[in-house]
Amino acid sequence: MAHNPPQDQGVTTETPFARALLIGLSLIFLLLVLVMPLLAVFTEALRKGFPAFLESLSDPETFSAIRLTLLVAGISVPLNLVFGVVAAWTIAKFEFKGKAVLSTLIDLPFSVSPVISGLVFVLLFGAQGLLGPWLQSNGIQIIFAVPGLVLATVFITFPFVARELIPLMQEQGNADEEAALSLGASGWQTFWHVTLPNIKWGLLYGVLLCNARAMGEFGAVSVVSGHIRGQTNTMPLQVEILYNEYNFVAAFAVATLLALLALVTLVLKALLEHHFSAELSASRRH
Amino acid sequence: MTRSASSGWQFRQPSVLPGFRWALGYTLVWLTLIVLIPLAGLFFKSAALGWHDFWSLAFERRTLNALWISFGCAFIAALANVVFGTLLAWVLVRYQFPGKKIVDSMVDLPFALPTAVAGIALTTLYAPKGWIGAPLALLGLKVAFTPVGIVIALIFVGLPFVVRTVQPVMEEIDREVEEAAATLGANRLQTVFRVLLPGLAPAVLTGFSLAFARGVGEYGSVIFIAGNLPFKSEIAPLLIVIKLEEFNYPAATAIAVVMLLISFSMLFVINLIQAWSRRRYGYGA
Repeated sequence: MAHNPPQDQGVTTETPFARALLIGLSLIFLLLVLVMPLLAVFTEALRKGFPAFLESLSDPETFSAIRLTLLVAGISVPLNLVFGVVAAWTIAKFEFKGKAVLSTLIDLPFSVSPVISGLVFVLLFGAQGLLGPWLQSNGIQIIFAVPGLVLATVFITFPFVARELIPLMQEQGNADEEAALSLGASGWQTFWHVTLPNIKWGLLYGVLLCNARAMGEFGAVSVVSGHIRGQTNTMPLQVEILYNEYNFVAAFAVATLLALLALVTLVLKALLEHHFSAELSASRRH
Repeated sequence: MTRSASSGWQFRQPSVLPGFRWALGYTLVWLTLIVLIPLAGLFFKSAALGWHDFWSLAFERRTLNALWISFGCAFIAALANVVFGTLLAWVLVRYQFPGKKIVDSMVDLPFALPTAVAGIALTTLYAPKGWIGAPLALLGLKVAFTPVGIVIALIFVGLPFVVRTVQPVMEEIDREVEEAAATLGANRLQTVFRVLLPGLAPAVLTGFSLAFARGVGEYGSVIFIAGNLPFKSEIAPLLIVIKLEEFNYPAATAIAVVMLLISFSMLFVINLIQAWSRRRYGYGA
C-alpha cells in the first residue's frame, strides 16, 4: 500500500500497483502452501508411470482399507446427520435456559486433539479401561475393531451438521412451521414438508463436510485402530503404513484417492454456495 | 421440567412447535454418551492417579518440552495465518482478478484434504531434495524434520479458519467509514491500519484462536514433517501416542489432561478478550 493522496484514486481503494502487489503476494502464498502440496500428491503417485500407479492400487490391503473407510463413514455420517438435525431443532426453534451451554458442549469435540479423542475411548473400552474387564468377559471387542473406529469418528465429526444447521434454522425463524401447524398439519408433517425442504441444502452442506472429515480422519482413528493390516486400517492409516515402509508410490497412490475425495468435496461445496446460497446459513454465502 | 413455576422462573418459553421434550432428550443423551462420558472418563482416570503421580508424570521434562513445542509452534503458525489469512480475505473481498472463484474455493482445501495426505505431501515438498526444500537447502535453510516444518504444517491446517472468519465480516464493512476517514484527511494506509483493521479485531481474534486450538492438537499433518526427535521436534499429541504404544496409560492420560486444561483455559481467556474487543470496536462476529 503506497502513500498516495486520496484525490488521485478512489478514496476507498488502493493504487493499482498496491492491488497487484497484494494479489500477487496472496497467490504466491497459496501456491506454496496449498497448490504445491496438492500437485505433489499426484506427481509422486505417478512418478513411476501409470501402470505402477494402478498396480499399487490393486493391492488387497488397499482394497480392504477402502472398504473399511466407506463402512466407517457410512455408519458415522448418518448417526451425526440425525443428531445434527435433532440438536439444531432443539437449539434453533426453542428458547430455553442453558441453551448457550448446550451449544458450547456440542462444539467441544472441535477443541479436543484428535489423539485425545481416540485416547478417551481406549481409556473407556480398552483392555485396561474402565469397562475393559466387563467387555472382555462378554467377548465384546470395541478397541482395535470397527466399533472403536466408528465411535472415534462420530466423536470427531460430532459438531459438523449441527454447526451448519443451527444458524440457518435461526435465520429462518419459526413462522413457516407455525403456519403449517395452524393449518392443521401434525408435528411430523410439519417437519417433513416444511422444515426439511427449508434446510435441505444446508443439511447437504453439513453432511459433505462431515463426510470429508470422517473419511480423512487420522489421529483419532490411528489411536483406536491397532493397525491390523487388512482388518482395521482405514485409507489414511494405509497411507501412513505404506509411507513408513518407504513405499512412496503406493502411499501417494492411496493419497490421490483421498485428494480426489477432497477435490470433489470442494467442487460440490462451491456448487452449493453458487446455486443455493440463499438457502445456506449467512456465513456460507459468497 | 417444562412446568412454569409461579415465581416466574421458566425453563423454556412457550412455543407452539412440537417435539421439544424428546428432541432435547435425544440431544442430551447422545451428547452424554458420545462426548461427555468419554471426556469425563479421561478426568476420572487421571484423578485415580493421585496428585503426586499425576504431577510427576505431567511435568516430566520430555512432556514439558513436547507441550512447549506444540503450543509454541501452534502460536507462531496462528500468527502467520492471521497475517496471510487477513491478506487473503482482503484480496478476495475487495479485488477482482481472473480465477478468483477458484482461489476462493481452494482456501477450504485444508478442511477437505485428509491430514495424513497433507503431511506426506508437505514432507516431500520441504525435504532437502523436494521442490521447495532443495532451493531452501542451497540457502542453508532446513525445514523438514525441524520445528520449522511443524510450523509449516500448522499454517496449512489453520489457514481456512482465519480466512473464513474474517471474510464475512470484511464483506459487511460500510464503505462510508472509509470515505469519512479519507474526507477527514487520512491517507489510505492510515485508514486501513487505524480504522478498518481495529474493527476487524474480534473476527481476527476468533480466527486466531480457532487456528491455534486446531494447531495445538494437530497430529496427522505434523508427524511426517516433524522428524519427531524427543526434546527437539516431538509434539505433545505424538508423545501421547508413544506412551500408549508403551502401554503407559497413566502417562498418556496425564499429558492429555494437561493439554486439555491449557487449551480450555486459553480458549476461555480468548473468549473474554473477544467479548471485550467486540464491545470496544466490533463489526460483529
